[in-house]
Amino acid sequence: MAAKDGSKMSAAAIAAEKVDGFTRKSVRKAQQRQRRSLSSSQGSSQFRTHGAVPVDLSLSPLPQLMPECVNQQELFTQKLQQCCVLFDFFDSVTDLKSKEVKRATLNELVDYVSTNRGVLVEAAYPDITNMIITNIFRTLPPSDNPDFDPEEDEPTLEASWPHMQLVYEFLLRFLENPDFQPSIAKRYIDQRFVLQLLELFDTEDPRERDFLKTILHRIYGKFLGLRAFIRKQINNIFLRFIYESEHFNGVAELLEILGSIINGFALPLKAEHKQFLMKVLLPLHTAKALVLFHAQLAYCIVQFLEKDPTLTEPVIRGLLKFWPKTCSQKEVMFLGEMEEILDVIEPTQFKKIQEPLFKQISKCVTNPHFQVAERALYLWNNEYILSLIEENIDKILPLMFGSLYRISKEHWNPTIVALVYNVLKTLMEMNGSLFDDLTASYKNDRQRCGTPSRLNNPYPHTLSS
Amino acid sequence: MAGADGDDSLYPIAVLIDELRNEDVQLRLNSIKKLSTIALALGVERTRTELLPFLTDTIYDEDEVLLALAEQLGNFTMLVGGPEYVHCLLPPLESLATVEETVVRDKAVESLRKISQEHSPVDLEVHFEPLVKRLASGDWFTSRTSACGLFSVCYPRVSSTVKAEIRQHFRTLCSDDTPMVRRAAASKLGEFAKVLELDYVKSDIISLFTALASDEQDSVRLLAVEACVSIATLLPQEDLETLVMPTLRQAAEDKSWRVRYMVADKFSELQKAVGPEITKNDLVPAFQNLLKDCEAEVRAAAANKVKEFCENLPEDNREQIIMTHILPCVKELVSDTNQHVKSALASVIMGLSTILGKDNTIEHLLPLFLAQLKDECPEVRLNIISNLDCVNEVIGIRQLSQSLLPAIVELAEDAKWRVRLAIIEYMPLLAGQLGVEFFDEKLNTLCMAWLIDHVYAIREAATCNLMKLVEKFGADWAQNTIVPKVLGMANDPNYLHRMTTLFCINALSDVCGRDITTKQMLPVVLKMSEDQVANVRFNVAKSLQKIGPVLEKITLQNQVKPVLDKLATDKDMDVKYFAHEALSGECLPVSVNLPCCCKWALFQTAN
Repeated sequence: MAAKDGSKMSAAAIAAEKVDGFTRKSVRKAQQRQRRSLSSSQGSSQFRTHGAVPVDLSLSPLPQLMPECVNQQELFTQKLQQCCVLFDFFDSVTDLKSKEVKRATLNELVDYVSTNRGVLVEAAYPDITNMIITNIFRTLPPSDNPDFDPEEDEPTLEASWPHMQLVYEFLLRFLENPDFQPSIAKRYIDQRFVLQLLELFDTEDPRERDFLKTILHRIYGKFLGLRAFIRKQINNIFLRFIYESEHFNGVAELLEILGSIINGFALPLKAEHKQFLMKVLLPLHTAKALVLFHAQLAYCIVQFLEKDPTLTEPVIRGLLKFWPKTCSQKEVMFLGEMEEILDVIEPTQFKKIQEPLFKQISKCVTNPHFQVAERALYLWNNEYILSLIEENIDKILPLMFGSLYRISKEHWNPTIVALVYNVLKTLMEMNGSLFDDLTASYKNDRQRCGTPSRLNNPYPHTLSS
Repeated sequence: MAGADGDDSLYPIAVLIDELRNEDVQLRLNSIKKLSTIALALGVERTRTELLPFLTDTIYDEDEVLLALAEQLGNFTMLVGGPEYVHCLLPPLESLATVEETVVRDKAVESLRKISQEHSPVDLEVHFEPLVKRLASGDWFTSRTSACGLFSVCYPRVSSTVKAEIRQHFRTLCSDDTPMVRRAAASKLGEFAKVLELDYVKSDIISLFTALASDEQDSVRLLAVEACVSIATLLPQEDLETLVMPTLRQAAEDKSWRVRYMVADKFSELQKAVGPEITKNDLVPAFQNLLKDCEAEVRAAAANKVKEFCENLPEDNREQIIMTHILPCVKELVSDTNQHVKSALASVIMGLSTILGKDNTIEHLLPLFLAQLKDECPEVRLNIISNLDCVNEVIGIRQLSQSLLPAIVELAEDAKWRVRLAIIEYMPLLAGQLGVEFFDEKLNTLCMAWLIDHVYAIREAATCNLMKLVEKFGADWAQNTIVPKVLGMANDPNYLHRMTTLFCINALSDVCGRDITTKQMLPVVLKMSEDQVANVRFNVAKSLQKIGPVLEKITLQNQVKPVLDKLATDKDMDVKYFAHEALSGECLPVSVNLPCCCKWALFQTAN
């Protein structure tokens, strides 16, 4: 199917080139993708080094593991050692037999640790962790596509996944085995182990990130001594992402883990956690690729505010500071997050930030991009927010009135105009006399300034009016 | 607030404060950019006692404003009263150096580095160095990263006790537990080493270098490679082997491709820094490994350095090293699976011919060039073509054309226009060396075919190419071979081709001279003024303006003007516009003749 699409695309590309010599980005990308798929859409950094002395990689199958029999422990160790042999998956023809032996052995090992009790004896731990480390810890390969756009492009998949998946599966079952003893395992699953695990979150392969997420979550749960370290390292990854590289594929997954970690924070919150909120989570909003992890990020923020409502004011002020200036897509996300925050806000906190907040919302309402205006106006559909507005109508109505009134006359999009009428109606019902006063003074102002509607019209190109 | 006591001289600061509080970022930004004017108005004393404290205490703003402020303060020395008072600038810059946003922080550090030079040695110890210490022991990583950039500017000018403290601080930061700080320290390691006494370089810097080069994070290790260049330059040759080489060897074989990439990328610098002996014994095998690395990124970076590396090899056995060690790897890279590797190689491989001389080039390199010229990837072909001249110098054009001409002809019809463009640009050089006869026989048809290419850039380059050819071969040649063909295109059914005739005439009139222009080209241009397509007609107007200077006044008056007059009343707006442009433009070349000029001007107003 991909090949068929590809050939169609390249015909289109050639035609396009005939006309103007330039090809559109989408066509070029499709071509690149096609070119890559011809060779391989997979990447890996596990290959046999060229020119090295050829090592005999052939594996021969060992007898089946049977928990009831004697000497099983020795066989288990042998199998673990057998699985430490790495294969080159770029070369799809070599070592086929041995690859199959390793796959079957890994499968057997997964079964062995997940269905049997009493197999995790202390002596097995070093071999188990060694097998895991050898197979999964590696420097991730350079990205095939230097301007990889996670929203548009297909990720490069890990070529050795047929084995690697089973190793991850094994690691997970190992951690989840009822006999698993963190006190023994902590000698092997240490800071260094965690650090390497965290670096793997940058992989482009979503399947691998998914495994990593579950595994890191288990490790965080079982190894109390590693918790602070894990948090600190995630911190460092995020700070590097924000201020240095702007590139890390696993931000969403790490945030997802943090969401549940934050959930478990004891009260009162430690200064360290508050600092994480203010100096790491809030600046994460400035990332270009916010769309990829915004849901998880907003969840973390709301978790914090539910724990400690006094953080609401600094958080909202922080968001207002980082409010997008030109990116409408991000602005819509910010408005969505703001609604989530307002959903859990305490009325006393609301009073503290209503002024700067509604100044911003008032700007959003007049945004010529209808999705931004629409998202802002949807806030009035929220019962709780509506009740907060009603409570503070004297403060909020003057902030909103000018924008709403103007937009009701001038916005190009009829849906927005209809929404604005509804909002104006709601606000009028909340405080009719204030509404009338504002209407009168607004009209006065307009008359005094001549005909500002033409001069200040933000949409000079609208056809109606 | 400041103007409340009615003192007029405080007005500027009142305005500043007002604008600094304005809701509009642009206004705040403007007022920060005018900061020096305001400081000037206030005078040095009040700048010190009022403006700076205000800036230090009250500024919490958008990063854009802070960036402008950080930059301004770097140039404030005279405004606070000269070097004697320069330390007044430290408090605001100190807080800017702790800001989260990297660009602001970097700018603050840059300004601090700048004003550090204006401190007297005493002030440096009393004011500047304590600031560096505060930053170096700050809680949040931002201040510690900023500190890394400040050690080297104060170290040379302080007493030995303070020097010892500075070294201690730098050492601490090199083992900071935040990787961001270690990265900052690693990136300043080379710079810091340069200002240290040699003994301390050996005792302190080397151990830091070794530690950073084996950091758990590859992002730190790769920065140590950069530092390696400066450190190796500082050390005497006999110490390099023991102090630097173990680390460098380890970096060249690092398990992270990013570190190996860095080694490949800095290879020429490293080579110069360690000298010829170590290059022969260590770097040659290391370079071979990098050229054969399993990651394409590393191979491409190494391939990029092939020429420089070979150039800088010790001359006594350069040829032998290249032929036995480097060339075999290069041969493999020519058929690499990755196009970036091949294209990196193609951009430098031609440079080898100067180093290896004629015979080796013909025997060993030419086959490689030919293979790359026929590569499936256009980038590779392009890189080869754009560097043909270095081979030309070595083996001469005859040899080159014999072996490469078929490939060049093939590329002249390449599907990628950038490749065709590169070939065109190379054509005048080739023509000049091949001579008229050879050119007419082999290449002339190609040059004419480009004139009707479907890509504008090619047609444009082709016209320019014709001009350069005429410059080489002379007007007679033009009259016989080029002009008839160009003028023939004036009757082409495709208006783009008809326009190409005009563009060619624009380019050729000057080099062909008055005679050909007046007798052969002008009639064609004038006739084209009746073209159906408006684009052609306004290009006629433009052409007439262009070739005007070549023509005689009488021709202008009798032949050109009537046509332009007519075009000036064309129904198409653009044609009218360019006709008027031409009419007013034509005045210039004939402006010596005043009456004529007046007539033209009159005509203009009458219309």
